[in-house]
Amino acid sequence: MNLRVLNRLALRLAQAVPVLLVVAVVTFLLMHLLPGDPAVVIAGPEAGAEAIERIRHQLGLDRSLPEQLLLWLASLARGDFGRSLMLNQPVLVALGERLPVTLSLTLVSFAITVPVGVALGVLAARFRNTWLDSAVMFLALVGVSVPSFWIAILSVILFSVILGWLPASGYVPLSDGLLPWLLALLQPAAMLALFQIGFLARMARSATLDVLDQDYIRTARAKGVSEWSTIAKHAFRNTLIPVVTATGIILSLLMGGSVVIEQVFALPGVGRLIVQAILTRDYPLVQGTLLALAFLFVAINLLVDVIYTWVDPRVRYG
Amino acid sequence: MAEETDDALAPRRRFQLIRRLARHRSFRIGFIIVAALTLAAIFAPLISKFDPFEMRARIRFRPPQAAYWFGTDNFGRDVFTRCLYGARLSLTIGLGTALLSGAIGAAAGIASAQFRRIDAVMMRLMDGLMAFPAIILAIGLAAAMGPQIGSLIIALSVAYIPRTARIVRASALVVRELEFVDAARVAGASSLRIIWRHLLPNCMGPLLVQLTFVFAYAILAEAALSFLGIGPPPPAPSWGNIIAEGRDQAVDSWWIMFFPGLAISLATLGMNLLGDGLRDVLDPRLKVET
Repeated sequence: MNLRVLNRLALRLAQAVPVLLVVAVVTFLLMHLLPGDPAVVIAGPEAGAEAIERIRHQLGLDRSLPEQLLLWLASLARGDFGRSLMLNQPVLVALGERLPVTLSLTLVSFAITVPVGVALGVLAARFRNTWLDSAVMFLALVGVSVPSFWIAILSVILFSVILGWLPASGYVPLSDGLLPWLLALLQPAAMLALFQIGFLARMARSATLDVLDQDYIRTARAKGVSEWSTIAKHAFRNTLIPVVTATGIILSLLMGGSVVIEQVFALPGVGRLIVQAILTRDYPLVQGTLLALAFLFVAINLLVDVIYTWVDPRVRYG
Repeated sequence: MAEETDDALAPRRRFQLIRRLARHRSFRIGFIIVAALTLAAIFAPLISKFDPFEMRARIRFRPPQAAYWFGTDNFGRDVFTRCLYGARLSLTIGLGTALLSGAIGAAAGIASAQFRRIDAVMMRLMDGLMAFPAIILAIGLAAAMGPQIGSLIIALSVAYIPRTARIVRASALVVRELEFVDAARVAGASSLRIIWRHLLPNCMGPLLVQLTFVFAYAILAEAALSFLGIGPPPPAPSWGNIIAEGRDQAVDSWWIMFFPGLAISLATLGMNLLGDGLRDVLDPRLKVET
């Protein structure tokens, strides 16, 4: 860590503040657009008008919208994300239980996406305009076009029902051992990775083509460096720069995609939680989960950006 | 004078563009796929004599055959007919999202580039919206506004506006530094005139490319939302719904969930191919890709 990296970190942190504020306000407005009255939901079907009114007062729903927003921001600042109606527990506790599942899924999927996507892209670029290039690019295109939940169901039929190789659903925590954990996540993570692999392969191919056109590659070839060495030592490192930039987008896609994949494989993660919360009209839980996911995402992006500054000395703060 | 020459040249330039597009292989394939699906959606009642909602208990779970091309589902409804009507829904939502997010995204992007004072605020707002993974923002909004087609279009548009705005802003920032824009400014052209005559036309290429991809994402996202139960409610023949309904019988009656998934893939693939072709022809900076 040096001054340049610290400066970048400070700048990014300063920029993140208004973003987080927008995120909080958007989430708040979203929840106040929701049809129906949270007080009625909490009070239950048999409650009288008085009981509903009392709960409305308790929740602060009888105050003006700006007042409610300020109160909510104040409680957020205290680390209070509200209480889930469905689970009857604090939103942060509910999230804490689900987050390891989603993070595990995202992590394994990311670990599949990056090497496969980059390798395919570099391969296609190296064999540019050959049948191999066309085949890889066609597969990449299919990857970004096929709905993940559909291919996931087909995959379950093949690998779990017919062949019986992999579990069809469920999660095994890491504390039960590395192998069972990995085995449970392998299929969902691979299905989740398909879209990102396609996306990354297309990007890595065009990045590699750019690099392969550079003078220093021609020089390397001219001085008789072997083809493998040219690609691995000279081209590959520079190919990685745009790939690192894409990390933020890939993580965003992974987190978004995990909502659907968790549903298919019955993984008790954040995505499944948010869908259940929406279907049961659990307002505080929807609000808290959306917010926490966005916060997490901003934090990850910040981290990626700082690592990027560290890795690539050309990036300047400002 | 300058305008007259401009207008006289425009048709020929446009013709050349169309010829280059027509020669582009992936554009051609994409165009054929999208055109075929659009025609199928429009003429759905003429193509199939069945009603997508009609339940017939006698013919439940029929595998694909001459009378029922994609088989029948657990209510005896014809899956092929439901897929046809599903195309209407998906394409409407895709097109609606592309148009709405395109209009608002372009307006926001160009305003940011032209009026520098609002730029920082606008971009932080877009950053804030982009902090939600697109599909999660769309899920939240769709849940908030209800499952009508209109609210799905709005929900998906909000999710894709920031990306479109950024792309338009980036190209507008380049264009506004070019000499002919300076010349127009010196000649006393108003901001609105500069936007309308110079910035917008010169951002159309990247915008159009982006919108074909938004169209593709919107089809996928709508299918995912329907599958999760947040799209148009069940009897509606949306592709995501048909897959969700057929999921429990996926092993024995694979055709119920198989064909709508194929339809989604085909529609998305077609739009992506169309977008790749447009990008190669309209956006010369990215020409390296071929």
